[in-house]
Amino acid sequence: MGKTLAEKIWADHVAHSAPGEPDLIYIDLHLLHEVTSPQAFDGLRLAGRKVRRTDLTIATEDHNTPTLNIDKPIADPVSKLQVDTLRKNAAEFGVRIHSLGDAEQGIVHVVGPQLGLSQPGMTIVCGDSHTSTHGAFGALAFGIGTSEVEHVLATQTLPLVRPKTMAINVDGTLPAGVTAKDIILAIIAQIGTGGGQGYVIEYRGSAIRALSMEGRMTICNMSIEAGARAGLIAPDETTFAYVKGKPHAPEGADWDDAIAYWKTLKSDDDAKFDKEITLKAEDLAPFVTWGTNPGQGAPLNSNVPNPADFSNPEDKGAAERALTYMGLTAGTPLKSIKVDTIFLGSCTNGRIEDLRAAAAVIKGKKINKDLRMLVVPGSARVRLQAEQEGLDKVFLDAGAEWRNAGCSMCLGMNPDQLAVGERSASTSNRNFEGRQGKGGRTHLVSPLVAAATAIRGTLSSPADL
Amino acid sequence: MDKFISHTGTAVPLRRSNVDTDQIIPAVYLKRVTKSGFEDGLFAAWRSDPEFVLNKPAYKSATILVAGADFGTGSSREHAVWALQNYGFKAVISSRFADIFRGNSQKGGLLTVVLPEADVEKIWAAIESDPTTEVTVDLEAKNVRMGNDVFAFEIDDYTRWRLMEGLDDIGLTLKSIDDVSAFEKSRASFKPKTLPIRS
Repeated sequence: MGKTLAEKIWADHVAHSAPGEPDLIYIDLHLLHEVTSPQAFDGLRLAGRKVRRTDLTIATEDHNTPTLNIDKPIADPVSKLQVDTLRKNAAEFGVRIHSLGDAEQGIVHVVGPQLGLSQPGMTIVCGDSHTSTHGAFGALAFGIGTSEVEHVLATQTLPLVRPKTMAINVDGTLPAGVTAKDIILAIIAQIGTGGGQGYVIEYRGSAIRALSMEGRMTICNMSIEAGARAGLIAPDETTFAYVKGKPHAPEGADWDDAIAYWKTLKSDDDAKFDKEITLKAEDLAPFVTWGTNPGQGAPLNSNVPNPADFSNPEDKGAAERALTYMGLTAGTPLKSIKVDTIFLGSCTNGRIEDLRAAAAVIKGKKINKDLRMLVVPGSARVRLQAEQEGLDKVFLDAGAEWRNAGCSMCLGMNPDQLAVGERSASTSNRNFEGRQGKGGRTHLVSPLVAAATAIRGTLSSPADL
Repeated sequence: MDKFISHTGTAVPLRRSNVDTDQIIPAVYLKRVTKSGFEDGLFAAWRSDPEFVLNKPAYKSATILVAGADFGTGSSREHAVWALQNYGFKAVISSRFADIFRGNSQKGGLLTVVLPEADVEKIWAAIESDPTTEVTVDLEAKNVRMGNDVFAFEIDDYTRWRLMEGLDDIGLTLKSIDDVSAFEKSRASFKPKTLPIRS
């Protein structure tokens, strides 16, 4: 029987296996940031251990970093300590780091791909659940906890139990205005936040093949929101073209060898998935969340659902609590919901293509006077690129704020937070209670919906303008 | 890591599903560079509500958390495990855990027990009607006991052995480090390296 893509990558990375034990999987790339690494370095220090492969390790600062006044010391002393600790650890252990102010600083999942470090067939880990993003390259990429960060630093491996595999097929052509974000929100609404648990998801089908690398990253990024630790897409010409010429892409004969290997990276025709789901692209529409987990979403053209309509008592209870928290009434048209803040950014939708898409909608218009819009590029490099293209001007002329790179309001560890009761349309990945600030209310949306909402003031798509 | 063989204590009912890691400990509480002190952020948003179950005096000394399905969804922050442990929890029972959270809990020695929803419901009912009800989570026997009830649970033998011995993963992996070195020699030369820096 044939193998799935995930099974092939797994098989290529088993450094040690024994009956009754998890496989010891070799890790090709380890990404670090300031929040989940300090205790791991501390563990190394206590045990007198070194970083085994500094040449497969890279660090950047993203979760805590301010997006304003980045030339000044970080104002929050606790955030500053965490960032300083990463800098000290990187220096002590010989790890490459891109600090605030560096052109390669930014959200770790934007930085890896733009440096050409994320490539097909690799195993990639980071102490961050959105590491699944790199699966867009046909890599097995997943988030780990701090104990595992320490384990990878010390041994460049992880003991892991082989996950099950799930295929999600999206066939057909997406209707105009429907994006990768809408696909993944629709998938999560269908299978639920626990639907992918224990699986690696492979996204397949003509609608997936037609996506750019940025779109594929958006989809793989939110695999974790469906409960899957990893999601991936088989590499193809789109992937190869994206990697080619990036700073750390293979060159010369290495490039040819790499391509020959990468072309073998697809699920065999007779491979069997443990679970398979199919969606028709034509059925999809702009999608937004109304609740407090990413599975609580609905087409933008519909109404806030009635908890009484949920058959599962747990879903019903969760929906009731979510509507209370969100301050919404069942039956309200989603398009009539007024928002206070637009957040365009994050590892889900903070790449250049996302900024271009939103800018194209906003160009020549003004954002609604009752709201604020934060535009936070995913990396300093994305910011520079956007400025070269004049996108900063488009946003600034419309009345939006043009910020520096980082995770920012996606999780509100830095000063970019929602106030109690404040409502956002956010291109990020989690609408959990308090995620963007205590008492804040989050609607997850695509960059197109974020841009249209910024202009109209209520949840909208470009078709409504 | 401390050995976990069996633990007996009182339990607190958390009747909510999808308790994500931002509820267990919001991001603003993640800024420490140590593994201790995170109890201040545990369920921070809910603890300001005097009616929240953890604030009820009857459950003050509980050491077992009994939660709804899909506990620990969201981020990979191990701080969620540390917060529960720092607060005093030794075990969490739920009908379903998010993968990364479960993995993290098993690294740090917080026992996560998966029981069918009906069993969770039964424990909830008992500890709600009498908060002093003693619950035993027995890793050696692979069951949870409460009065005359015995609820069996599954856990893979390897993880169970590690937890019962209190073994640290790095030490175990280092026993196979020669295999890792051999594997490294076989890696393709086209695989990227972060050093030296290229631009």
